[in-house]
Amino acid sequence: MTDPAMTETTSTYPTSQNRAKRASDAVKSGLRRRYAAEARFKAYGIGAIALALSVVGILFATIITNGLPAFTETTLKLEVELNESVIDPKGTREPATLARANYRKIVFDALSAEFPDVTNRGEKRELRAILSRGASFQVQHLVVNDPSLIGQKITVEVPVSSDFDLYEKGVINKSVAEADRRVSDKQMEWHDTLKTRGAISTSFNTTFFTNADSREPELAGIWGAAAGSFFTMIVTLLLSFPIGVAAAVYLEEFAPKNRITQVIEVNINNLAAVPSIVYGLLGLAVFINFFGLPRSAPLVGGMVLALMTLPTIIIASRAALKAVPPSIREAALGLGASKMQVVSHHVLPLAMPGILTGTIIGMAQALGETAPLLMIGMVAFIVDIPGGITDPATVLPVQVYLWADSPERAFVARTSAAIMVLLGFLIVMNALAVLLRKKFERRW
Amino acid sequence: MTEAIPNTPSAATLPLDSVSEAPRNVKYHTRDVNVFYGDKQALFDVSLDIHEHEVTALIGPSGCGKSTYLRSLNRMNDTIDICRVSGAIELDGVDVYSDEIDVVHLRARVGMVFQKPNPFPKTIFENVAYGPRIHGIATSKSELDFIVEESLSKAGLWKEVKDRLDEPGTGLSGGQQQRLCIARAIAVQPEVILMDEPCSALDPIATARIEELIDELRSNFSIVIVTHSMQQAARVSQRTAFFHLGDLVEVGETGKIFTTPDDQKTQDYITGRFG
Repeated sequence: MTDPAMTETTSTYPTSQNRAKRASDAVKSGLRRRYAAEARFKAYGIGAIALALSVVGILFATIITNGLPAFTETTLKLEVELNESVIDPKGTREPATLARANYRKIVFDALSAEFPDVTNRGEKRELRAILSRGASFQVQHLVVNDPSLIGQKITVEVPVSSDFDLYEKGVINKSVAEADRRVSDKQMEWHDTLKTRGAISTSFNTTFFTNADSREPELAGIWGAAAGSFFTMIVTLLLSFPIGVAAAVYLEEFAPKNRITQVIEVNINNLAAVPSIVYGLLGLAVFINFFGLPRSAPLVGGMVLALMTLPTIIIASRAALKAVPPSIREAALGLGASKMQVVSHHVLPLAMPGILTGTIIGMAQALGETAPLLMIGMVAFIVDIPGGITDPATVLPVQVYLWADSPERAFVARTSAAIMVLLGFLIVMNALAVLLRKKFERRW
Repeated sequence: MTEAIPNTPSAATLPLDSVSEAPRNVKYHTRDVNVFYGDKQALFDVSLDIHEHEVTALIGPSGCGKSTYLRSLNRMNDTIDICRVSGAIELDGVDVYSDEIDVVHLRARVGMVFQKPNPFPKTIFENVAYGPRIHGIATSKSELDFIVEESLSKAGLWKEVKDRLDEPGTGLSGGQQQRLCIARAIAVQPEVILMDEPCSALDPIATARIEELIDELRSNFSIVIVTHSMQQAARVSQRTAFFHLGDLVEVGETGKIFTTPDDQKTQDYITGRFG
């Protein structure tokens, strides 16, 4: 038994020198395969990034090309005669009378004066369509603010209707059959005449940044939605930051580690995954129907978004607290600091960059949230700029939703412009988060 | 001057359980200390006295329970949820786990220096001033300045850092950081300083510096030091306790432990046969 076994052993297990050579050969033969796998993996990675970048590029290019026209507005220079017999026939100069006067007639008369040969009723109506409804509001505003203008002849720059604005920008053009477009051949002719007279000019669209929503695209702006977003975010931040950080500190530093805290932890993680519209329904049922808080208000919107943001802030804060090295806690405890002093003097300041980053990311999420706000009525059409947290308001993403849903052609550009503003805010917030992290990052 | 108390050999050579030991000289009196981490017992009936104005070294192989023992002296084990301590640990005759002693007060009386230098990520001044500030020891800014200077001087760091007290403590070298941690501990004017392998993260020169410092601090404080280096124990301590697998094997005057230990295990450990 011994002899054959011995020989077999020696033949299957070569000498140590042979084994070293065999090992080296094995490594060599496998090398090409290993490097190929590495190269393949790199190629996949580059491919994935290229795909992602190109999609983002297409998205941005589309939004920007669609949205750019909304940043300019077309105005028409008109010589308006502020006839006293039309505005204030009794000469009382009462503000109520001045506000209620027929400015449409004044503005239309001024436009008709530019084209004396247009007499036909139908043609006159077509001619009037050049002007925006905002034109008469503008003249009204001028007169109410300064009644001494009455009786004078003044030159004003009034907005044109959105269709002419689009014609001026080349979005609507003659390549489409007349019946299929909103601007007739005759209107185009008038427009061109006005243009040659130098009455039409294009300038930066301040209306878009100062007005709230309107049914007339040329008068619609995002300032109302931006103010609504601002008030909503204030409420969200004031509620979710202190509550979230306090909850995280308690759970991480004070709570005993037992089954109850485990259940709480799992449930907080679950809450982060709850669809946001569910929070909207909760807000509707509890805040509005039960507590009777005002509908469409940033107060309720902010509360709902705070509920939605809380899990994000708690999870990020707990991670940040956990990352503070235990040696710092021990050092402070060893000096006789109480638990509260350890947390407030050392742990919390060290965790703050992480907590702030998490909070800003949560706030950015809340800023872009639409669905829960639809539930609590912030989808309403609101033409006033909100002045507080209980005024009816809408927010930027909901404004995007509303405009995207509007049939007027000019809202296409405004939708994209609103998206650009919203994206701008989000980019600023995320950049802030990165900056904070970089600035306060500490090494131990 | 605090050297009035004759400290060294007489007390140390007395048998451990002797009641005749002068109680004035005993700072910590511990009897039958058992420590459990969950179901696992880490210390078995350890009875040990820590004498005033002496350096007591705790030696033994890794995992023998010497750090666990040290951390039960100032109740740092409280921070570990599953840790349970039984037996008597008396500081000046009062059990540290009794209601008579508040844990915050205990830790103010018993300072601690850790294995890895752990200065707060604040300025050097703030590191030292933190303890006096939270305990309200200093009543004025000038007194606080004085305490900081005195503590840094005692820790042998004043000359090196006096011009840069506003710089972060984390910017110092490892040895300087550890001396800063010692300064931070003595700024609270503790009675006892516990040191958990204070030199294990330091180079030999920094280690020598800390050892000198420990010897100087002995005149003002009672010191308990855990160390892996038997040379260090021999150099800095007056009394040495040898732990093995959670048991206190032998305790006695350092000279005796390192020359003629009673126990075979001690003999084997100090001669490097295991551990």
